[in-house]
Formats: sequence, C-alpha cells, structure tokens
Amino acid sequence: MDIIQWFVAPLQHEFMVKAILVSALVGIVCSALSCYMTLKGWALMGDAVSHAVMPGVVIAYILNIPLAIGAFAFGVGSVIAIGFVKATTRIKEDTVIGLVFTGFFALGLVLISKVKSEIDLTHILFGNVLGISNDDIIQTVIISVITLGTLAVLRKDLILFCFDSTHARSIGLNTTFLYYVLLSLLSLTAVAGLQTVGIILVVAMLVTPGATAYLLSDNFDHMTLIAMASGVFSSVMGTYVSYHIDGSTGGCIVVVQTLLFIIAMIFAPKHGLLAQSAKN
Amino acid sequence: MSEISIDIENVTVAYHGKVALQSASLQLEAGTICGLIGMNGAGKSTLFKAIMGFVKPTNGRILINRLPIRQVQKKNLVAYVPQSEEVDWNFPVNVHDVVMMGRYGYMNLLRIPKARDKSIVQESLERVEMWQMQDRQIGELSGGQKKRTFFARALAQESTVLLLDEPFAGVDIKTEKMMINLLMELRQKGYTILISTHDLASIKTFCDKVVLINRTILAYGNTADVFTEENLSRTFGGSIGDLSLAKSFLTQEERRN
Ligand SMILES: Nc1ncnc2c1ncn2[C@@H]1O[C@H](COP(=O)(O)OP(=O)(O)OP(=O)(O)O)[C@@H](O)[C@H]1O
Ligand SMILES: [Mg+2]
Repeated sequence: MDIIQWFVAPLQHEFMVKAILVSALVGIVCSALSCYMTLKGWALMGDAVSHAVMPGVVIAYILNIPLAIGAFAFGVGSVIAIGFVKATTRIKEDTVIGLVFTGFFALGLVLISKVKSEIDLTHILFGNVLGISNDDIIQTVIISVITLGTLAVLRKDLILFCFDSTHARSIGLNTTFLYYVLLSLLSLTAVAGLQTVGIILVVAMLVTPGATAYLLSDNFDHMTLIAMASGVFSSVMGTYVSYHIDGSTGGCIVVVQTLLFIIAMIFAPKHGLLAQSAKN
Repeated sequence: MSEISIDIENVTVAYHGKVALQSASLQLEAGTICGLIGMNGAGKSTLFKAIMGFVKPTNGRILINRLPIRQVQKKNLVAYVPQSEEVDWNFPVNVHDVVMMGRYGYMNLLRIPKARDKSIVQESLERVEMWQMQDRQIGELSGGQKKRTFFARALAQESTVLLLDEPFAGVDIKTEKMMINLLMELRQKGYTILISTHDLASIKTFCDKVVLINRTILAYGNTADVFTEENLSRTFGGSIGDLSLAKSFLTQEERRN
C-alpha cells in the first residue's frame, strides 16, 4: 500500500475524519498545558485529577448535565480534598494524593456499576474517539477554546507563578487565583483527554509532550510550540495507526508520544544522551 | 525630617507556636540604608517575610508608605530579594526574561514589554554587569551571577523600598563594592533600603542606621551610636568579645580601606 493511500483511505469514513480532528485538537490543548504541568512538577497531580473526575462524569450523566461540569467539580474538589488532608494531618503529600484520587476513582467505579446508565466503563477508561458523538465534539471544542484562551491571556503570569511564586506574590499577583486557574484548566483538559485516550492515559497527554519539549529547548515559547507540534503529530499519527492495525486509539497515541520522547531523550541537541556523552 | 517609609509596630511572629520574633518595632525614614544584623536564626529573614506579608504576624502591624503590604505590592512600591531564591534553576528562562519579570507590575494583563521596560531591563543588567550574559539560561550561571541577576530584577522594579536579605552572601568583593555603590546612589534618589548582612566590616561604609536583632530588636539607631562593640557582643551572645574574632573583623575592615 503506498503512503498516500495510507493517509487518504481512512478519510473516506466520517468517523475517522472526526476522530483525527478531535484528537488533534485535544493534542494541542493538552500539550499546551503539559508545559506548565511538567515545569510545576504536577505530573502526579495531573494523574490524580484525571482519575478523580470519574464520579463527576457519572453523576453529570445521571443529572443530564454536561459531563465537563461534573468532571470539573470533582477535579477541583479532589485537589481541595488533597490540600485539606495535607494541612490537617501529618501525612506526606504524595501519600495524600494517592489516597484521595484512588478513593474518588473507586467511588466512580461503584457508581458506574450500580447506577443504571448507558455509560460504557471501557470508553471512560480507555477513550472512544472513533465513536465520539457530536455533543462530545462540541464540548471538546468549548473546553479547548477556554483553555487556549486562558493560557494565551495569562501565559506570562502562569509562567512566573510556576517559576517563582514568591516573586509573583511580591509584585502583587494573586497566586491563589493562578493556582486555581491552572487547576481548573487541568480538570477541564482531563475531560477532553478522557474522550480520546481515556482516564488511564490522560496523564500521558498532560506530561509527555511537555517533557519531550523540555529536553529540546531552553526557551518557554519554543518549548510550548514544540510540545504542541509533538502533541498534534502523536494524536494524528496515533489515530491513523490505530485504524490500520485495528488497535486501541488511546494506546497508539500515547505510544507515538512516548516514541517521540525517547527520540528526544537520545538525540536532543543539548540535553540529549548523545550530546551529554559527547560533552564528557 | 523626611517621611516614615517602613513602619513596623510591635510585630510578633511565630512558627507553629514558637516565637521567632518578639514585639519588634522599627521606623525607617525614606532615603536611608538600614543594616539588619544578627546571628543565624536571629529572625532577620523572618522580619523580611513579615514585611512582605509571607508570614502573618500574630500581633502588631506593618505599613509601608502608610499602606498595607498588598497595596504596596500592587503599586510597585516594594522590591524584595530573598536570601535564597526558591526557583527551579532548570526552568526554561534566561537572564533577560528573569529581569523582565521585575517589570510585570507596570505592564498590561498580557505583560507585553514597552520600549521603556526594555531600556530599564538593559540598564539594570548593565548596572550589575550581566548584560553580556542576558541570553544565558539561569541554571548556567555561577552562584554570584545568579545573585546579581535577581538583584537586577529588584532594580528593574524601580520600587523605592528595597528589602535585601543577605545580597552579599556568595558574591565576590568587587561585586559587593559595586552593589554598595549602587545602593548609595539609590539612597540619594530617596530609596529606603533594609539590608541584612553578615559582613560586619562593610556596615560602617554604607549604612546610616543599624538594627541589631536576636529574636527581638535589641538596638536600633544611627550606625555610629548603635554599632558598638558592646551592642555587638550582646547581639552575638558574647562571641564577638572573643579577641581573635574581633581582631579578624578589624583586619578585614582594614583590608578593605
Ligand atoms: N518556615 C519555618 N518554620 C519553622 N521555623 C522557622 C521557619 N523559618 C524560620 N524558622 C525559625 O525561626 C527562627 C528565625 O529564622 P530566620 O530565618 O528569620 O533567621 P535569620 O536571622 O534569617 O538567620 P540566617 O542568618 O541564618 O539567615 C529560627 O530559629 C528558625 O529556626
Ligand atoms: Mg536569613
């Protein structure tokens, strides 16, 4: 099969066109946010929030409100719970995070299994971009617009917050506000990512492109662009590959992302393994 | 008499119930450089953090130019350089970016620098002789160069109240002299500068006032009156009375002159 056919043939199906466009969009949005997540050291937080949104998704379904709203409430709620437990007990943060998100996730599992609904557990866990509904597409677009818009406006303040929150406070910025902005975006994009790769792999969308780009650049703007490019590339290629091999779309997307990371890790001009060993 | 610029009244700070600073009061006029002296753990950094509102005093009140600290910060009236920067040194920002962060308070929401911001950043970097290294990622700087970069950021803030927590720690003699000259120039412009340092030898060369601190303010006033052997020995728990130490501190001063 020639290469053009490989790319063109799947586009005859409407579901493939939708899937490619949606996963590309989700790739862009998650990658843009992933730069902040990796620099702030929030990978574990991303994992926690993405799992904790599960009961919110189920409850939103029951109440017949947009899933994003339920997910958002539980995503932010889980972080507030983490902060509360950390502040009031002597337990270390990583333990608290592990404890809270698994608790939320387990609650979600129970809800799904006991409440009568048409939610398919495997779709939530592993994504279902090939069967994405028009409502979900609209929701993803809205989330993307909110996230990219917020990042565009607050970019410099968020960078400063991630880099040096003491200075941010000392020039009068509201760091609590910035913290919750970042957190809210994390909850929102977790919902978007959930549609494509599923809860289990969302965290990859939220850290891998940022980590790859971090190895390739010492400039935040370049890093963002590289992350977004690698995010889009992975989403599109992953979706194509999953079509051709008839495999899990979420899995394919994340595998491509991971491959890009490995390439960057070895070949990055300054921070790659080859460059490092050449220096020594 | 000029206007009171830093006004600290009866401030007590405790960490988890343990008092680190007891009933501190201090009034600083505009246009003065005040040295803050005390041994490790005396509460110098705590005083700075209390002024910046980063730790909440259990008692007392602090005003800068008669305003509470949040308003002071929003109006770009205060610049603070912590003892050690708690930043990620591998963060993808360069020296120029860091100093530009000192200008954010003057910019619109999108923080797009204007020509004036750029020229002040350049000027600040030139003052600390870091302009040549403006493109360096900050992790690729030496300890002293890092200190100079963050000092330049404080300069770029153009705030008339400067809080400097041990800015000379780890910088070479030449850089320290350069920084002292700069501070003296800023005093001429009416800046109020509170600076903690362990370099007792240089205090007399540039501080108008001195605060001696050990969990509370032991003495405060004009350098000539307060910076005495007797007071210092009180501050350092008698150790400065130790002849060898006093001598080394004298020879250090002589070396400088
Ligand atoms: N975050 C904190 N939690 C608990 N105790 C603290 C904290 N920060 C400071 N302390 C305590 O408060 C006291 C004053 O500390 P501070 O940092 O103000 O000292 P310092 O005068 O700046 O000392 P140095 O010369 O070493 O910088 C010390 O006893 C210290 O142990
Ligand atoms: Mg200190």
